[in-house]
Amino acid sequence: MLSADISTVLPELILAVSAMGLLMFGVYTSKDKAAPLILWATAGLMAVLGLWIAVAGDGAQTAFNGAFVDDAFSRFAKVVILFSAALILIMSQDYLAKQNLLRFEYPILVALAVVGMMMMVSAGDLLALYVGLELQSLSLYVVASMNRTSVKSTEAGLKYFVLGALSSGMLLYGASFVYGYTGTTLFSDIVASVEGEHLPIGMLIGLVFIMTGLAFKVSAVPFHMWTPDVYEGAPTPITAFFATAPKVAAMALFARVVFDAFGATVGDWSQIVALISVLSMFLGSIAAIGQKNIKRLMAYSSIAHMGFALMGLAAGTETGVQAMLIYMAIYVTMNLGTFAFILSLEKDGKPVTDIASLNQYSTREPLRALALLVLMFSLSGVPPMLGFFGKFWVLNAAVQGGLVWLAVAGVIASVIGAFYYLRIVYYMYFGEETDPLDRPTSPVLWGVLMVSAAVMVLGIVNMFGVEAMAKAAAVALVN
Amino acid sequence: MGIADFAFYVFAITVVTAGLFVVVSRNPVHSVLWLILAFISSAGLFVLLGAEFVAMLLVIVYVGAVAVLFLFVVMMLDVDFAELRGEMATFVPFAILIGVVLLMEIGLAITVWQFADTAQSSLMSAAPAADDVQNTAALGQIIYDDYIYLFQGAGLILLVAMIGAILLTMTHRKDVKRQDVLAQMHRDPAKAMEVIDVKPGQGLS
Repeated sequence: MLSADISTVLPELILAVSAMGLLMFGVYTSKDKAAPLILWATAGLMAVLGLWIAVAGDGAQTAFNGAFVDDAFSRFAKVVILFSAALILIMSQDYLAKQNLLRFEYPILVALAVVGMMMMVSAGDLLALYVGLELQSLSLYVVASMNRTSVKSTEAGLKYFVLGALSSGMLLYGASFVYGYTGTTLFSDIVASVEGEHLPIGMLIGLVFIMTGLAFKVSAVPFHMWTPDVYEGAPTPITAFFATAPKVAAMALFARVVFDAFGATVGDWSQIVALISVLSMFLGSIAAIGQKNIKRLMAYSSIAHMGFALMGLAAGTETGVQAMLIYMAIYVTMNLGTFAFILSLEKDGKPVTDIASLNQYSTREPLRALALLVLMFSLSGVPPMLGFFGKFWVLNAAVQGGLVWLAVAGVIASVIGAFYYLRIVYYMYFGEETDPLDRPTSPVLWGVLMVSAAVMVLGIVNMFGVEAMAKAAAVALVN
Repeated sequence: MGIADFAFYVFAITVVTAGLFVVVSRNPVHSVLWLILAFISSAGLFVLLGAEFVAMLLVIVYVGAVAVLFLFVVMMLDVDFAELRGEMATFVPFAILIGVVLLMEIGLAITVWQFADTAQSSLMSAAPAADDVQNTAALGQIIYDDYIYLFQGAGLILLVAMIGAILLTMTHRKDVKRQDVLAQMHRDPAKAMEVIDVKPGQGLS
């Protein structure tokens, strides 16, 4: 019994045990001097695990009496999470080393956060959901304030911690209502205990509070307030991490909860998701216009993108989930490229995040400027970049799900949002002449930027098969 | 009235009385002592309910650790309780409001709360039947067997908390002399000390 369970959670187990082993290795050897080694080992392990899950995973198993679910949906999310986290680790090495922030605990905390995310996307029980979520969040609070001599970084960590604790409290409060009504924490039992089309009032309160807690984690409006400050304050590689893997995990968890535990009453949660979706899209698009710091801009951009991803979820259909997964995969790829670009922005050896510093960037670095142009077009959803197809999928799902008004609102919001993405392009190509930035040297960042931009162009042929994988994942979740 | 009923009333009355004295006694040390009495009496109540493990926990954790910690804080730290109590008066209306809201919520939960039809059976199936195993063994089975995944997950969370606390607070100061145990143990007394015969009037060169 236990051995079968363990073989189901083997990837998580391997990652957690290696994180602990590497921690011991770091403590008993040369501490921070071993950081690059530990970082590469962790990143390599995550990539291998990602490949393993993608290739070897098959069918659907549950473990630990249903607390852990391994199906096509969780595997899709895990592969995206593992690859993006591994890439972020590699991208962050140079930057953190230059800032004197490359502590050996950093890759270990990231690995433990990834373990938490994998637990989240595989959660089949309210308790497993909470444990995974806390493991992830706690690691993220720590890395957010890792630059402890900087007031902004510590403020980011503290703000994230306090608001995160509040959201966890709300989630638990909601979970207690659900448990109070059904007498169980297992998703499969919860969904079985509801009869009829609508949730009883106690369950409805519970659902609203659980969704509030999850909306905090995906930074959907009106629970987004922490995002700009945390993104701005945290060291840039960690901001890049926040914008990718945890978002995928939280979004997958969101889908997992609403479909597995409340799948019988789609109408009850679909309206809530639709509301936070439309609010996120508009706030993300409008509030980003006035931003001068590119990290804050990316924070609002991620809020808007979460709105679009939630639109797929709001449809409440299999196509909707598939659209959401495709959207998240494309979003992560775009963000990896964009942050690879932001990480390489330096002036006199110091990182810059001011958008105005990009003036006339194209004359000095034509290729990089072109890559960023592609990414910005893709982020704003201009055809024929891949970002357009992500938006097309969710809009299509919303229309099919009978939410035409939401799709129309999404189009309007994306037109508004296009302004600030294109403004960056404008600065790069037509801005006024300013002091030039340093020439970027890191080949890793260059590679990530170029590959990401190339994916945005080449992916339109067949999306590298992501479409079919997302389809299988959506089928596994919805049925 | 059986002996069990009698014991219940004794413990129950003691808990309520002790609780009252925790709040009203002027000396904070007395308050803590009353609190210990309340804890012990509630442990008795748990024994009567057949939850001997919770009773033991209450005595060991609350009486043995928490209450003694309170006592230390009260006796060691110079907290001006009279001043605290004076400020307390300003919060009374607010406290009453929260109390009323809580009471109403409890009332709602008792009167109109609905349960799913399956709730009772779900609740029963989670725990082994009381006749089969003692509740200490049952708790152990649930925590370390059924919920081993969550237990280990919680362990990882604590590990992260520990790493985080160290990462965010520890500084390696270079200007402090530290004890080097190995160097001390491998010190050779014969080499560490030298006896020099100093001739009168010459000194050491």
